[in-house]
This record gives sequence, C-alpha cells and structure tokens, in this order.
Amino acid sequence: MSVLLVAEHNNKELKPFTLNAVTAASQMDTDLHAVIIGNNCGDAAKKLSELPLVKKVIQVEAAHYENFVAENFAPVIVKLAENYSHVVCSANTFGKNLMPRIAASLDTSQVSDIIKVISADTFLRPIYAGNAFATVKSKDPKKCITIRPTSFDPCESSGGSAPIEKAEPSEEFNNTKFVKREEIKSDRPELGTARVVVSGGRGMQSGDNFKLITSVADKLNAAIGASRAAVDAGYISNDHQVGQTGKVVVPDLYIAIGISGAIQHLAGMKESKVIVAINKDGEAPIFSVADYGLEADLFEAIPQFIEELNKLNTIQK
Amino acid sequence: MKILVAVKRVIDYNVQVRVKEDNTGVVTENVKMSTNPPDDNAIEEAVKIKESGKATEVVAVSVGEEKAQETVRKALAVGADRGILIKADGILEPLAVSKLLQKIVEKEKPDLVFMGKQAIDDDCNQTGQMLSALLNWPQATFASKIEIKDKKLEVTREIDEGLETIEINIPAIVTCDLRLNEPRYASLPNIMKAKKKPIEQINASDLGVDTSPRIEQIKVEEPPKRKAGIKVKSVAELVQKLKNEAKVI
Repeated sequence: MSVLLVAEHNNKELKPFTLNAVTAASQMDTDLHAVIIGNNCGDAAKKLSELPLVKKVIQVEAAHYENFVAENFAPVIVKLAENYSHVVCSANTFGKNLMPRIAASLDTSQVSDIIKVISADTFLRPIYAGNAFATVKSKDPKKCITIRPTSFDPCESSGGSAPIEKAEPSEEFNNTKFVKREEIKSDRPELGTARVVVSGGRGMQSGDNFKLITSVADKLNAAIGASRAAVDAGYISNDHQVGQTGKVVVPDLYIAIGISGAIQHLAGMKESKVIVAINKDGEAPIFSVADYGLEADLFEAIPQFIEELNKLNTIQK
Repeated sequence: MKILVAVKRVIDYNVQVRVKEDNTGVVTENVKMSTNPPDDNAIEEAVKIKESGKATEVVAVSVGEEKAQETVRKALAVGADRGILIKADGILEPLAVSKLLQKIVEKEKPDLVFMGKQAIDDDCNQTGQMLSALLNWPQATFASKIEIKDKKLEVTREIDEGLETIEINIPAIVTCDLRLNEPRYASLPNIMKAKKKPIEQINASDLGVDTSPRIEQIKVEEPPKRKAGIKVKSVAELVQKLKNEAKVI
C-alpha cells in the first residue's frame, strides 16, 4: 500500500494547499509519493522533494501540461495509479476538476472533500454543506480521495530530500484547448483561504454602503464576503457569496455584518473558528452561531469598530 | 444540435436539514424537495441556446426514485422538450449515475450534456467529470459563460484564482456554475403545457449497469454544536474580547 499525492503548483512553486494535502495523504499511509505534472516545473518538483513526509517525487513534463488541463492530466495519473492504493489531491477547483476523471477511469467511487482521516479506508466528510457529517468507508481496491485543505495543517516544508524520478508523459488530448487565465489581482486574500472574512448582508442597504465592509476588511487584511441576499440585491458580485450555494469558508475570524443568518448562509460559515455578528435585530438567527454578538445599528457600530481597530497597533498587515 | 441536461431532485436549499435519530442519514420525509440549484442554471442555458436557434432539442434526464419525475417535469415547464427518468432506488453514487447517463448518451447521441457543477445534498462534485471520462469527451467544469462557435464551445470557468477560458470541441460536457445565468420561473401556461410533454421511463436495472454502492455509509451525525456565544454591549467590548480573549486580531 502506498499513497500517490497529486501536487498542485504553477510550474514554479507549489500551491500552498499542496502542503495540507500532503498532511492528509500521510495519514492514510506514510509510504507517500507525490506526482508533479507540468511544463518546466523543475523548481516546483525540487520544493516537493524537500517536504519531509514525501518519500519519492515523480515528475512528468510536457508542453501540454503547462495549463493543468484535466483531460491531459488524468491519463498519466491513471497509469501511475497501478502502483498505489490511494490517489489524493485537494478539493479545490484543481482537484475537483481532475479527480473524478481519474476515479471514473479507475472504476472507483471517489470520496470527495474529506475533513478527517479515520483510517486508511474510512473518512469523515461534510454533506449538505456541512449540516451533517458522514463517516464513510471506501470499499474500492483503489481509493480516490479529495481533501478539504483548511481541515488539515500544512506539512513541514523543508528538510526532506526525496529522490525525483521522471515519468513518461501521456499523449495530448486534442479536444480541449486552454485559451487564457485571468487571475484576480488583489491585495486581499482569497475568500476561500483568508484568515479573516468580513461579510455584509441585506442590512447594508446598498452597494455603496459596502464601502464600510471594505474599510473593516482593509484594517484586518480580510477577504470580503456577502450573503446571498446582498448578492441578489446587487450590492456586490456573486463571487463574494458565502453559503451553501456560494463558497464555504473556514477562517479564524468571520465577521457577519447586517446578515440575518439564513440557513444556507450559516452552512457556508459556521465552521469558522470565531464568529462575530453585528445586527440590529437581536432575534436574528446569526446570533445563534456567533461567539460574540453585538446588537446594534451597523451604521453606528462599524465606524466605531474601525476607530477601535485604529487604536490597536497589533493588527497584521 | 441536441442538448441533454441532467437534473437532480434534492432537499430544497432553504430547508434546515436534520439528521435522523438513528444516524442512518438525513430526514427526507415531509421535506420540501426542489431541483438542485445549479441544475436550474444548466436547463436555463440549454433553453437559451435553443431559443437563439443554435439547438434543436433539449432533453432533460434525471436518475432516482419515481418522484424525481417532478424534477424532470419542472425542466419541461421552463422549456425542455421532453424528459427521461431513469428509475432507481436507494443510494446512487456519482459513479453509478455517470454510468447510467453514459447509456442515455449512447442512445440519445446529444452534442452537449449540461448539468450543475455539484449537487447540494451529497456535495460530491463528480458526475459531470466522471461522465466525460467514461465518454472520453472534453469537460468544461464550473462554467460561468458559454459561447457557441460552430463545432466548438468557448467556456469561461470559475477557478480559485479567478477565471479560466478553454475551448472544447463538441461533443462535450459542461457543468454549470450559479453565475452562468439567471434561471427563469415557469409560467402557469408553461406548467400546463409541460404536463403534455412526454417523459420516458427507464428502469436502471434494464440498462445493464451495476449501481450498487462502493462506499459504505457508516453513520451520519450532526456537526459538532458551537458552544453558546455571548452578547457584548459595545463595540469597545467587542474589540477587547477579540483581542484578549479570542486572540484573533
């Protein structure tokens, strides 16, 4: 038995969540190998070999791997999987796109988005956007697992020196062509990975008032979230939506401002470590999940909040 | 061009999901059921393409118990031409569903298959990708924009880093994001008309696919409850608590 981890990278560096996926994979079996597929990705392969938990790195390079197209990646991983009991990667858009293509080719029923490794074949995963937790046991001889990166700590990133082996690329899949990638350039952390998220709801009353949310987020180096109600009302674009039908976030601090706490919103944020709710309706359901609730008019409370934050000098930039 | 759209019947997104007392699953009796939200976007997109004259037929397909017929019927009410219900009881894993859909694709020979990017019940996010693997077709997952260009599609995908655009040759699979479009509501006359549209019923067992689960569901539990929080009286108190007690700022 050994585990094959699929590394996520940008050809130069490993994506940070690869380290979390290594931690999860190592809990399934310590005989852990990692495959890196890309184009001119030697630097990233080297970084992978330095992770102490990784026993061997398999590097596969070809021009058609430059842009991480799943149709190109899957066949080479399926071939390598012959030698492994588990194939593992992160349940972010990279892994979500790729892993089922591998699993179907291996005739394996994939276990998605696990938050805990109970044993080599048994895992805990949230269903219904975290409203229930299922303990599941995979009976397939080869297991395909995606892991929720925020549920596992990143592994040690230096000190290892695993051997790097090259493997043959597979043929290019000609029916899919990468055109372009537009990365959202922002000084803000990504909503899905931010340590702090500040979200606004319908209580913001207008898109213009969302500037208050932005000011708080600036102070805390936070990502900006929103409830579905705020998105539907057009206050903010829906890539900020937190909830069952938006993004599920697990930050250290989640601040809900003017959000009543509809079920589908709670499903997307209630695993956050510390939750703050600011709402003028003391009966709002958001208070039932809040560690710290402030019943107040947000238009008075937020400027004060910013002022208080200004007084602190320990805020991380 | 023919478009097949897969739709799933799930617990409505506004329902507070409750875990069964015996920990075998979640309560589905007397609970409002609806179409999986991103599947509504998939149907909407297919109907829009047909309305623009670029598709000739939209076929809605669902896999599940008899009642999943309602979900197919709803797709017909917003513009699909006919429906297919593959009847199967019990837990169906995405691998089994994609194998059943593969059989329908082989029979119907659509140019495109659309479905939602993820179902909000099991949250697996697998079926579209698995179907494209089984068919060896290109896949465009998490689509927020689709442009049809002759025998190709240009699809904008929602990825963690932002947006990605790919070009795929038809036939292809597209899984739809909520940002793709604004699903329409069914009008009463269209709901009436949909009652006359045909729904073909097929037993999963007649398709020669082994749908038995490969994953044993050992138990389903409530997530750990949050311990009760406190109400603070002022902004100053809130900031002090966050700094000194929770130590998060």
